Amino acid sequence: MSEPDETFEPRIVAFFCNWCTYTAADLAGISRMTYAPNVRVVRLMCSGRLDPQFVLAALRDGADGVLIGGCHPGDCHYQLGNYNAQRRVLLLKRMLRAMGIEDERVRLEWISAAEGEKVQRVCNEMTEQVRALGPLHLAAVPRREAS
Amino acid sequence: MQAHDGAPKIGVYICHCGLNIAGKIDVEQVVAFAATLPNVAVARDYRFMCSDPGQDLIRQDIDDGLVNRVVVASCSPLMHEATFRRATAAGGISPFFFQMASIREHVSWVTADQQDATEKAKALVAAAVRRVALHEPLERRQSPVLPDAMVVGAGIAGIHAALTMANAGKHVYLIERESTIGGHMARFDKTFPTLDCAACILTPKMSEVRANPNITLWTYADVVSVEGYTGNFTVRVRRRPRYVDEDLCTGCLACIDACINKKAKVPDEWNEGLSKRKPIYIPFPQATPPVVVVDPETCIWFKTGKCPRPCIDACERDAFDFEQQERIEEVKVGAIVLATGFKEFDATRIPAYGYGRYPNVYTSVEVERLVNATGPTQGEIVLRDGTRPQTVGIIHCVGSRDERYNAYCSRVCCMYSLKLAHLIRERSGAEVYDFYIDMRTAGKGYEEFYDKLMQEGTHFVRGRVAGVTDEATTPEEEGKLIVRAEDTLLGAARRIPVDMVVLAVGLEPQPDAQDVRRLFNIGCGAEGFFTERHPKLAPVSTFTDGIFLAGACQGPKDIPDSVAQAGAAAAEVLAMVDRGMVELEPSTAFIDPAACSGCRTCVGLCPFAAITFDHDRNVAEVNEVVCKGCGICVGACPTGAAQQHLFTDEEIFNEIEGVLAYV
Amino acid sequence: MKPKVAFYWCASCGGCEEAVVDLGEELLTVADAVDIVFWPVAMDFKTSDVEALADGELAAAFVNGAIRTSEEEEMVRLLRRKAQVVVAFGACAWLGGIPGLANLYGRRSILDYVYGEEPSLEEHDGARPQEETDVAEGHVSLPTFDDDVRTLDQVIEVDYFLPGCPPPGELIRTAITALIEGTLPEKGSVLAPDVALCSDCPRLPSKPEKPSVKRFVRPHQVQIDPDLCLLAQGLICLGPATRSGCGAVCIAANMPCTGCMGPVSRVVDHGAKAMSAMASLLEADDEAEADALIGEIADPVGTFYRYSLPASLLHRRREPEAAGRSPS
Repeated sequence: MSEPDETFEPRIVAFFCNWCTYTAADLAGISRMTYAPNVRVVRLMCSGRLDPQFVLAALRDGADGVLIGGCHPGDCHYQLGNYNAQRRVLLLKRMLRAMGIEDERVRLEWISAAEGEKVQRVCNEMTEQVRALGPLHLAAVPRREAS
Repeated sequence: MQAHDGAPKIGVYICHCGLNIAGKIDVEQVVAFAATLPNVAVARDYRFMCSDPGQDLIRQDIDDGLVNRVVVASCSPLMHEATFRRATAAGGISPFFFQMASIREHVSWVTADQQDATEKAKALVAAAVRRVALHEPLERRQSPVLPDAMVVGAGIAGIHAALTMANAGKHVYLIERESTIGGHMARFDKTFPTLDCAACILTPKMSEVRANPNITLWTYADVVSVEGYTGNFTVRVRRRPRYVDEDLCTGCLACIDACINKKAKVPDEWNEGLSKRKPIYIPFPQATPPVVVVDPETCIWFKTGKCPRPCIDACERDAFDFEQQERIEEVKVGAIVLATGFKEFDATRIPAYGYGRYPNVYTSVEVERLVNATGPTQGEIVLRDGTRPQTVGIIHCVGSRDERYNAYCSRVCCMYSLKLAHLIRERSGAEVYDFYIDMRTAGKGYEEFYDKLMQEGTHFVRGRVAGVTDEATTPEEEGKLIVRAEDTLLGAARRIPVDMVVLAVGLEPQPDAQDVRRLFNIGCGAEGFFTERHPKLAPVSTFTDGIFLAGACQGPKDIPDSVAQAGAAAAEVLAMVDRGMVELEPSTAFIDPAACSGCRTCVGLCPFAAITFDHDRNVAEVNEVVCKGCGICVGACPTGAAQQHLFTDEEIFNEIEGVLAYV
Repeated sequence: MKPKVAFYWCASCGGCEEAVVDLGEELLTVADAVDIVFWPVAMDFKTSDVEALADGELAAAFVNGAIRTSEEEEMVRLLRRKAQVVVAFGACAWLGGIPGLANLYGRRSILDYVYGEEPSLEEHDGARPQEETDVAEGHVSLPTFDDDVRTLDQVIEVDYFLPGCPPPGELIRTAITALIEGTLPEKGSVLAPDVALCSDCPRLPSKPEKPSVKRFVRPHQVQIDPDLCLLAQGLICLGPATRSGCGAVCIAANMPCTGCMGPVSRVVDHGAKAMSAMASLLEADDEAEADALIGEIADPVGTFYRYSLPASLLHRRREPEAAGRSPS
């Protein structure tokens, strides 16, 4: 492992569901809760829309971590979406582990619309955890040279 | 609407939002950055994009042919997505050629460092720009709204909502779980602050409900399933058997007299168990509908099959039907108002107050029944042994404003405690001590009512009560209940001996609130009350269009507020029904039949059964009208044959790339 | 003048060569229609014969196998120069194939294992193959063994992809015929139907309309019903996520599809989409229960990226040398 880079600012892509987590992030904003700027949110209507390809694409495109936010089990606005997200992420993480990607880099959190404080806490926590792990530095996909 | 028109020309508009954004983010830097992004034709900033001149910037650029896709970087889409979609449409292109970047709630309001905030804003703008280039010219579908409405819960809020809609000419199904309508208010004697007789103001409305030809009233009934979508709900209601034909019974009550049980032995729920009833009963004389109920749990006929059933002979109308079964009614309505009310806090959860241990510790609800002329003591304040109390202590905030139970204030208890203090004194001459933390008397006439109580000589002790005990330490305390409280105004702990303690129990959600809210696909907050769409601007709507809230089920409130909210909910329903149609969001899923292999992975995953399988063509199909646009099927589809409008794989991949590629 | 074609093999098992031979008598028809000027497994042409051709003189070069040595890289670059059309023949060339799973390791750990730790090794002096060695007869070179397995189109520009492990005879026939008749589709196409195997599977009528799985099982753990949809029996069949065109031969042999025909065009990462479908079908809402059931899926990488690891979004294990001999 390379030496930890003091100036390393992790970039984390977050997939937040519209009804719960995105609203909670709005609430954190309305409440003027300050938190690390390292998390960039992509809005989905439901965590059930989450395709594991999105997580991998984010890592491939340069993210050091991925955060997925959905409603608490039982509270999904569409009833079953978060259960689907949970199962997909569980399997994806097992694959990631076998591929040498640390557990803390992909995180699934249930955050309800009232939990602005949790958005703040999770963003701060994850930023520090990923900072400690260092940049992801995925091996580049080899590109053929132009002929 | 313009069709897909070739190369995207993106207009990017960065809002200052006064200083809300511009005070933290270097807006000029973001504008300059946006101008360098692919396909960006125009990049502007403005102080308040949501204002008319701000929206005009967008409309004008589209009109002038400079721009055919719009990105606004400002507040949350939950705030103004609709506004800017309208502005985009005003320019003559599809409102869905629009994407928003939230740089206020998600950036300027939450980021400490200005440079960090500016960089993050750039990343989010880039994501939106990359995404919007792929948007399709979607259009909203219109779906008709059925003309009938439903109100679930017939307390004062439900009654008012139902009457308002019925008097406007709409047909309303009013569903009530108990055997009578009226809710909690029907059990009160007087209401604050006017000390109006509750029955006098409520029973006319209850009669009106029964008489109104536009209201179909089903009592002793509950909702078992809700299917469908906004404007088109199919609701199944279970009507439980009373074993009496409602259409024949006149409420003469001869059957109750004739019952083989000469003495009433069943604890009467209506009177909080303070009196007894027979297995055949009516909750109270003015019950609506005035129809008796046979309780199969306690009726000898149901328990043993051996009873001559004198009730049948006593009935001149031949109304009994002991074979009656429950009936499931299926109705279709356009909108639903939930007015399912509250339950009281269970005082046994605070052992220190002695409820259930000391016979003369009562809850406020029990005392409401005592003071009521039709109650177990005909309006007399008497203790369990029949004697009158000389002193009464009323303890506020039982189960409220308490982190161990409910952190919130239940809002009505101070007022009803003052009311009970007044009534107790009036009926029994007892001296009354009110133990309070703060006196919350904010409504119209409420503070004046408090003054009146003070004038009357009620003793007010400001301090939380530590406990109630019967252990006397002085002769004066013998045989009494001692209320131990800190008197913060005196600065001393006090022991006040009383004959009767009344606990002002707080309001909680109904015990089945979680089940009910799942039936209607709405949310509950952390305390368990139903969640409104917006606490300030949309207090009666929910996140499910077509389902509205009224009364205490949304949060503790008094009768005036419940009635006001019920009127508001009725108005929303009338607006929907009169408009006759709703516009459905186009962000639905769709399956390309050429790409679908018939693997059926999606069919069972849809929570709304919006996907059917066509066995002839061997493909799955999404019903656009039923689809609610969650995207579960799209995420699961193993070949990308299922996609979601406005959330296609391509759009999201581009958003991800955009959010990382530049900053 | 008959069109000239070449067949070449890189990091592969030889199955693709077998598939060509398996065309049987049709091979003779092919041999009549084209001039095979290079086919190491079957004919005695040399590299120098290829070098002697003019650029573009080959109508087509069919290359199977993944790229993991400098020799393979050199050869495919040579063939690219000499051929008008290059066809990535088989799963290894298109997606990396089973050799692609070596991307879970690195060069050092592979060589350490093969030449140092592998159980059937005889005692020896720890010698390792060297790229350059002097022997009595002179100087001998070996190709460099890459750290990374690559797909063909990660090295050279590829015109067509013929999927399968190996490509089914029918698809090979169709491809060669199209080449001869000049009816190949647009460049970059995958020469197989762009729809998943379920559409073609004989067991599809037995698949429940709302499939779901209580528990995933492996083929050796159950008696596999030869008539019922394999997924419905709890086997991880990648048919729903994998291209058809193979005639569902594995299913006919009562084994679940393992994904050798690769993904359809609408999918960016084959394994990720297959995982999403399988996980979604699992009947478990409780997190602990779901985790336990998912934990029973042995070797997620081997199961879902068996043929496609180098082509996947992650491409290879991160810091594979850190993993040592076997990744945990």
